[in-house]
Amino acid sequence: MRVNDSPETIARLRAMAIRMRKMALDMALSAGSKGSHIGGGFSCMEIMAVLYGEVLKVEPQNPLDPERDRLLVSKNHCTLAHFPALVEKGFLLERELPGYTEDGSRLIGYPCDPEIGLEYSGGSLGMALSVGAGQALAGKKRHKDYKVYVLMGDGELNEGSVWESFMAASHYSLDNLVAVIDRNRLCYDGTTEDIMSLGRLSDKLAAFGWNTIVCDGHSIADLLRAFAEIQTGLPNVLICETVKGKGLPFAENRPEWHQKAITREQYDAAMTELMEGRVL
Amino acid sequence: MSVTKGQIRSWSRMGQRATFFGVAMPELAKEDESLMVLTADLAQLSNLSRFAEQFPEQFLNVGIAEQDMVGIASGLAMEGYHVFATTYASFLAVRDLEQVRQHVAHLNLNVKLVGTAAGVVAARSGIAHWASEDIAFMRALPNMTVMSAADGLQAYYMALYSARYDGPMYIRLSGGPGCPIVYDESYVFEPGRISFLQRGSDVALIGTGLMVHEAMETAKLLEQSGISCTVADMHTIKPVDQHSLWEIFNGHRLIVTMEEHNVVGGMGSAVAEYKATLANTPPQMLIGFPDAFSDAGAPRYIWEHFGITAPQVAEKIVKRLRGSEHD
Repeated sequence: MRVNDSPETIARLRAMAIRMRKMALDMALSAGSKGSHIGGGFSCMEIMAVLYGEVLKVEPQNPLDPERDRLLVSKNHCTLAHFPALVEKGFLLERELPGYTEDGSRLIGYPCDPEIGLEYSGGSLGMALSVGAGQALAGKKRHKDYKVYVLMGDGELNEGSVWESFMAASHYSLDNLVAVIDRNRLCYDGTTEDIMSLGRLSDKLAAFGWNTIVCDGHSIADLLRAFAEIQTGLPNVLICETVKGKGLPFAENRPEWHQKAITREQYDAAMTELMEGRVL
Repeated sequence: MSVTKGQIRSWSRMGQRATFFGVAMPELAKEDESLMVLTADLAQLSNLSRFAEQFPEQFLNVGIAEQDMVGIASGLAMEGYHVFATTYASFLAVRDLEQVRQHVAHLNLNVKLVGTAAGVVAARSGIAHWASEDIAFMRALPNMTVMSAADGLQAYYMALYSARYDGPMYIRLSGGPGCPIVYDESYVFEPGRISFLQRGSDVALIGTGLMVHEAMETAKLLEQSGISCTVADMHTIKPVDQHSLWEIFNGHRLIVTMEEHNVVGGMGSAVAEYKATLANTPPQMLIGFPDAFSDAGAPRYIWEHFGITAPQVAEKIVKRLRGSEHD
């Protein structure tokens, strides 16, 4: 796939990711004692930045364009990354974000609202890839050029339904379907390898007939390289190696930060990390 | 469009499933190129083999993967396809229930879920292949319309109607080849409205699926004892036809619901839920599977085991009316 990986693009996306990280910290703080899904949000921040900043063909002025790319967010506990990306793209206003957990907000509870770029209502894991396969199949049948991207967590690969879809997508040669796996190696109760090991994940997916691309999910340049390696003729999967809670020194790689409230002090500490250039 | 006596006899021989997929679907696919039929490795059993040859672009066999089938069906529906997804009712209403809830019902998608061999017609295959909770599961989902066919002709009309209907629907097909004939060529299918097969004044027998025919047989037996019966077919289980039910409640001494389904959560429950909101209605007997599994066997053997055949139901009603049994 043609991807612009110029130094200017990398700098632009890096700046975008930093702005998104700030918005995410504001969202997390605004959620107060309710807490927010810190870990899985901050692990896919750069993935979201690259998707919305460079890869996805979506336009907020024409959100239902039949030719648009579709992104199904299967691991939906990542609104801290998704909503800031939608702000950057122009689907949402930044001032909507602080109230995202309030009753009556149009953003609460993983709504499906394609008008604002929310193509799918996830939350229950392991089910979006089959829907993406259906959309990709529709695109093939109607000779459309759009691609369907499905952002998945690595923990949800424990679900059997996922493997039905991996099998079907390669059977139907859905080269317009791209699975993007946020491989942060943590699920709710511990590490993915301790709880239910995924083992040689790349080999497994290759054996299912997918073009398998591994990359550093926090490196803008490496993510762009990975998207550029997407091939035709078979479905593609990016395994993005990430760190759960990336950028929050107190939360990185700690399962208890899957969902948690941050304090003002933690907010300040994370913001300092970001401003001093230690995250990206 | 009119239907002939010959067609009705033929569709009775073929059964509901074969009529739905072997007769109605090809007609519909010809008219609507965005119609898609999905199966999970049951094309032959569902009389879809010829359909698959005739309309290869409108047919998809996803293999033995019911959850994937409903997911793919949902993705196709999100892109504007009119999708029928079918397998055994037992798998369709249970194995992929979460996909049905999250995608089809919640996102209000245009997917028709056609559950076949509902009830216990897959007799000797045992509990795994029986569907006696499907109405309950599907009925509890917002946005879902639930229909249950009484015979081959009604299954045919349901197919035609469902293709025009925009939204989630569960269609329950029961029995196998040799499905008893309930309706003749004068029948007019009115979706959402109870069909009355006969009107009486003592007992109202409300059936659904194969139990409509059994209700007609029950009425014949009761009439020998001088008990006048209404026989009604509640083919649309959700939404409930409150208007017709209100009329039924106001014209009878006893309401009897009959279904090849658990009495918990089925059509009888749907009737009872509405009845509970009204004052001064007659009592209701809920005939169905008594919240129990049973050993495997031929369908009628299992019906007898559960006491839902016409003679057994007639006997229970006579006892009830004499006041010697309070159930």
